[in-house]
Amino acid sequence: MAKEMIDDRFKKFGSVSFVAVSRVNDFIDYLDKGKLMGTRCSHCGSNFFPPRADCFKCRKSSMKWFEVKNTGELATFSTLTYAPAGFEKELPYTIAVLDYGKFRVFGRTDPAIPAEELRIGMQMKSEVTNTADGKLTYVFKKA
Amino acid sequence: MGRVAIIGVGQSKFVRNYPGSIKELSYEAYREAMDHAEITNENIDATIVCSAPEYDRQRSPAGVIMEYLGLNPQPTLYTESLCSSSSTGLRLGYSLIKSGLHDVVLVLGFQIMSQISSAETQERMGRGADIQWEAPFGTMMPAYYAMHAQAHMAKYGMTKEDLALVRVKAATYGQLNEKAVYRKPVTLEMFNDPAGFIGGPVASPLRGGDCCANADGSSCVILASEERAKQLCKKPVWIMGIGAASAPVNLAARDRYTGFVCAEMAASRAYKMAGITAKHINVAEVHDCFTIAEIFAYEGLGFAQPGGGPELIRSKEVYKEGRIPVNLDGGLLSKGHPIGATGGSQIRTIVLQLRGEAGAIQVKEPTFGLVHNMGGVGIYANITILGRE
Repeated sequence: MAKEMIDDRFKKFGSVSFVAVSRVNDFIDYLDKGKLMGTRCSHCGSNFFPPRADCFKCRKSSMKWFEVKNTGELATFSTLTYAPAGFEKELPYTIAVLDYGKFRVFGRTDPAIPAEELRIGMQMKSEVTNTADGKLTYVFKKA
Repeated sequence: MGRVAIIGVGQSKFVRNYPGSIKELSYEAYREAMDHAEITNENIDATIVCSAPEYDRQRSPAGVIMEYLGLNPQPTLYTESLCSSSSTGLRLGYSLIKSGLHDVVLVLGFQIMSQISSAETQERMGRGADIQWEAPFGTMMPAYYAMHAQAHMAKYGMTKEDLALVRVKAATYGQLNEKAVYRKPVTLEMFNDPAGFIGGPVASPLRGGDCCANADGSSCVILASEERAKQLCKKPVWIMGIGAASAPVNLAARDRYTGFVCAEMAASRAYKMAGITAKHINVAEVHDCFTIAEIFAYEGLGFAQPGGGPELIRSKEVYKEGRIPVNLDGGLLSKGHPIGATGGSQIRTIVLQLRGEAGAIQVKEPTFGLVHNMGGVGIYANITILGRE
């Protein structure tokens, strides 16, 4: 009997993925189409990023995907000159949080932006891209 | 219902490359605490073992450690909450005694970290954050704390030099602590040398000197019910307040980065339980895994208003002679941070202060001491208030 196929799409996410299987694996297909998506509870309307399969507010699991659009405000950031194992070749890189108001997104800033140009409060937008190894990710660009 | 006391404390030296096993390392803190309490294994009713398990090859370390310490057949359990594991152990021990299940509980924390490289450690520590949504971006503890420092600087005008002053204080006292891993002086000039270990950039705005070092170490705290404490111990130190709280792991799920909400919540619970406020605290040990964490502690514990933390270090009010002495044992920045042992080491310092046994760092007749121990990047917080009477 054929072994059941494991849906391990999530291993395509980020420079080093530590998770392969998740009930929000469709996130990866959306990234593949250039779309960064969160989930919205169809019962209570709460927005979630990172996306989740289950709503803890109303204990329902009927989520709808929504696209992260428009701009967010740079809430904070740090530029790394030392990296954890597995990320050394990408140095230096900047991790950051964008605040979209109803939700926030954690990620990296576009490496093309010099670190000294980053300011907390500046408007940025999220854009799907690939890592140097061709995996799926997203970066924050100047709005 | 009676109170709960601490009747003995101990810790190993915190070192790089401890030449022994986790059992042998644990024994060092156990022996010092048992000698301090002047009791024998027959007095111990139960044990709690605390560490962060990702550093060990040994699965379920409580079993082998209790065998080595000769504490079978008493019950044992294992707990972890990252860097706050041993203060979580204290909380559990307190509960076991308060429930009436046990009278004397030994809490042992340990960690051997230097058998793996620093980059591997950062990878493991990074996985203490959310591995699905954040770790794939190359996160690590210094960078998370750096993001918080960046936000505090933007809002309140704190400078990198303010952060460096925290390390200068830590080194002032670390030189006096023979159990600390880093005992050299640190100056502001050293922070200005980007090629040096102290001044070298790590994750903006944090530099090498803003970060504590990994270390190997163990700690041990022995708890007793009021009745047993009075029989066994001439100088019991009482647990007056014990507060804990948690916060979202994902930074995206937090609404501010200028402090740690869970520490503020845990502190208010501990103060309420003890029936005192921040101004009653005479001496404190806070979780300075990074310099910014100590600034956050000043503000979160109410020693300063939000944004007022940097002024407390500039004015030296947190030195031994100041209004609220903080981290007179050198803190994590000097002692090193063997994750599972750190909380117990902080508790040990405050117990020694309250018993008048702190030697060169003794403050004058303290009534109340406070221990602030955090797990992860403000994920878990345990605040413990200890008193002499």
